[in-house]
Amino acid sequence: MANVISDETIEYVGILAKLELSDEEKERAKKDMGEMLDYIDKLNELDTTNVEPMSHVFPVHNVFREDIVTHEDGHEDTLANAPERNGDSFVVPKTIV
Amino acid sequence: MKQYETVIGLEVHVELATKTKIFCSCSTAFGGAPNSHTCPVCTGMPGSLPVLNKQVVEYAIAVGLATNCTITQHCKFDRKNYFYPDNPQNYQISQLYLPICRDGRIEIETAEGGKKTIGIHEIHMEEDAGKLVHDEWGENSLVDFNRSGVPLIEIVSEPDMRSAEEVIAYLEKLRLIIQYLGASDCKLQEGSMRADVNLSVREVGAAEFGTRTEMKNLNSFKAIARAIEGERERQIDLIESGESVVQETRRWDDTKEYSYAMRSKEDAQDYRYFPEPDLVPIVIEDAWLDRIREAQPELRDEKMARYLEEYKLPEYDAEIITGDKHLADLFEATTELCGAPKKVSNWLMGETMRLMKEADMDPENLSFSPENLAKLIKLVEERVINSSVAKEVFEQIFKEDMDPEKYVEEKGLKTMADDGALRATIEKIVADNPQSVEDYRSGKKKAIGFLVGQTMKATQGKADPGMVNQILTEILQG
Repeated sequence: MANVISDETIEYVGILAKLELSDEEKERAKKDMGEMLDYIDKLNELDTTNVEPMSHVFPVHNVFREDIVTHEDGHEDTLANAPERNGDSFVVPKTIV
Repeated sequence: MKQYETVIGLEVHVELATKTKIFCSCSTAFGGAPNSHTCPVCTGMPGSLPVLNKQVVEYAIAVGLATNCTITQHCKFDRKNYFYPDNPQNYQISQLYLPICRDGRIEIETAEGGKKTIGIHEIHMEEDAGKLVHDEWGENSLVDFNRSGVPLIEIVSEPDMRSAEEVIAYLEKLRLIIQYLGASDCKLQEGSMRADVNLSVREVGAAEFGTRTEMKNLNSFKAIARAIEGERERQIDLIESGESVVQETRRWDDTKEYSYAMRSKEDAQDYRYFPEPDLVPIVIEDAWLDRIREAQPELRDEKMARYLEEYKLPEYDAEIITGDKHLADLFEATTELCGAPKKVSNWLMGETMRLMKEADMDPENLSFSPENLAKLIKLVEERVINSSVAKEVFEQIFKEDMDPEKYVEEKGLKTMADDGALRATIEKIVADNPQSVEDYRSGKKKAIGFLVGQTMKATQGKADPGMVNQILTEILQG
């Protein structure tokens, strides 16, 4: 494995993903991520100088909707899976910037 | 003390006036019950598929063209990843790599009366987040996703502004352009236009920019001006005392006139953008662009020039009336009906402004119809009512969009014609006020004013003052 992921990197990625990893999980994630970067390095061996970057696999563009309201009041369906609700709102742990 | 220069750039979010959200057919209407305008797409349910609202692209292009941008004819969306309870997908669909508009500019008028060009770095399309309501005493927050997925454009300026006045001139100009295009109502108080201020200071003549901060939560022009002044002073104080400005996001508290740091650099966001795989690219062909360009409505500067030319309005009137789209629409519709532009302008500039000020109202909330104002102008012109009665009638039109013809009829406000009754009233007043008559006849011509006043009082203001004057003069000189 050419790419070695540092402890700091795995810590930082964990913070961004809001994951708390055990030491064992961290080691495994470091190995997986290293291998992924190796694979990217392999892809990078190919010369793509004159190839347009592609963001979508199918040659499709301009799929649009007209601006017409078709949805009725959806709150009961939306709230059906809420772990907790108060009136018609979702309840989440207090969050203030 | 050293001389400092303030360097300001703005990020302006504008809520587009579409009927539906950017990626689903839910309504964007304001004020529904919590979560009533939601579906699997705008609440980030697994397996749901966003489909782009065409009108969003058209509005974004229209704003880009009106601000002299280059339109990115091959553009796409990207995912901006972050976790926050108002964002159910854990990412916001936005544009990072290929924003729809780039390299634009608008011209503002400076306080010194000159012109200044403010560059527009880019305009991109994105979705709004939901709303969090915090219970002050409880342990929880409540989430309403009605705003989630409402289309926004973010207009990012170059750091070209140097004072609060320039910032406000820029915002006013943007607001008018967008309102004229019909792309948004741009109300700062209601959040359909939101400005974040990026500000740094540097010594006059310095080549490099200083470290900037970003200020949020600015919901009026006054708050923006105060926040700019406050932040400029805070940064200068830091520099003067040998400390350094920290790059951070600050939240302005307008009641305390102070800003607080929101996020420090240590946990600065790393959004891990990548191309949005659920949406296909957008290709804007020349023909589509031309169609939008041709459909662009008359913007403010052109409209103002036309008012001077076509309606012969004074420049001052034209400036005030075109300063609000709704007022301009009202003016044109009324003028179309009654053919008296200056009279329409007088009603808008005079009584309308006065009553609006009394009610602390914005022009966009005016609710009277052009039909009723046009009728009122005709009633005055045909001398059916006199001008002081007209003002009274106008108050009813202003408040309740009353039909002035009916109102005048029902309340018996028509001017008394010289059908004998008026002459009889005047003769009685002349008889009752021998002193004034004597004064008048002995050369104090001003005494007639008192007699006119008495007549108007006796007729409850319904007589035509010109006619009263004429009859009085006849009697007194007879």
